[in-house]
Amino acid sequence: MTIDGTDRALLAVIADGLPLDPRPYNVIGRRLGLDEEQVISRLKNLIRRGVISRFGVIVRHRELGYTANAMVAWDIPDRRVHVLGRKIAAHPFVTLCYQRRRHLPQWPYNLYCMIHGKDREMVQDQIAGLSGDEGLEKFDRAVLFSKRRFKQRGACYGAAPLLGRLKGAA
Amino acid sequence: MNLTSVDQRLLNDFQRDFPLEPRPYARMAAKLGVGEGEVLERLADLRCCGAVSRVGAVVQPGTVGASTLAAMQVPQDRLEEVADAISAYPEVNHNYERDHAINLWFVTAAPDEARLEEVLASIEKETGIPVMDLRLMAPFHIDLGFDLS
Repeated sequence: MTIDGTDRALLAVIADGLPLDPRPYNVIGRRLGLDEEQVISRLKNLIRRGVISRFGVIVRHRELGYTANAMVAWDIPDRRVHVLGRKIAAHPFVTLCYQRRRHLPQWPYNLYCMIHGKDREMVQDQIAGLSGDEGLEKFDRAVLFSKRRFKQRGACYGAAPLLGRLKGAA
Repeated sequence: MNLTSVDQRLLNDFQRDFPLEPRPYARMAAKLGVGEGEVLERLADLRCCGAVSRVGAVVQPGTVGASTLAAMQVPQDRLEEVADAISAYPEVNHNYERDHAINLWFVTAAPDEARLEEVLASIEKETGIPVMDLRLMAPFHIDLGFDLS
């Protein structure tokens, strides 16, 4: 998959969100030396190729009352992780599900999911239900509720110098 | 802040498939039966009160640049100082305290692998605390947003 410099610059410009302007793609285009249609077609292309997995309103769970946010991590044998990962991901209350590299010996866990709920009891019940349904009780796991959020915003993959060059070229 | 029914629909109905056309907010307004100006005003308020992080893109990890989840075991009396130092890096986009001995968890994204490694090494050096790099191996979920209904 090829992501060119302009795509990267576009993702960087929207990392903090689309402008709240009647013609946001036009505003973005002006910053990048692209026209509105080029911005829209590049975004469509990034979505079609799966680079952008979701495009829309990104909510903050906490401010909306979903204050119990649990990261659950299991130690699953590698040969079973794909099947179980897909099963866990299919539960509607699971918002993220990933296999990650272990960090031995401190952190033996390799399969993660995220659950956002209104209170800890509800989330504990969902974890218990999930574990029962998918036969996960026999695997060691850690449940980490979030306590404090220090930072949340969109990922910034772009490089400012690139943006400068593009603007200069426009 | 009390949410109006328009607010609730703005939060719940447009988490994906945001209109890709010249006047996207006008399209949303038409679906909600309100004016474009009201949609822009409500979104600005929801952003201001923190309910909306942004209107934008979620980038699939591993498709552009380099990113990882990292974790550290930080002594409680240094937690704020260390968390603030980490949040100050523009490459860090999420940074949470979690209820575990390994208590500080953050996501780092950079234009390339070299810069990502550099940021993690720099955090380690600056804080004197080892950083666990928990690199993504496979994603399993499909990001459909978050059902608020």
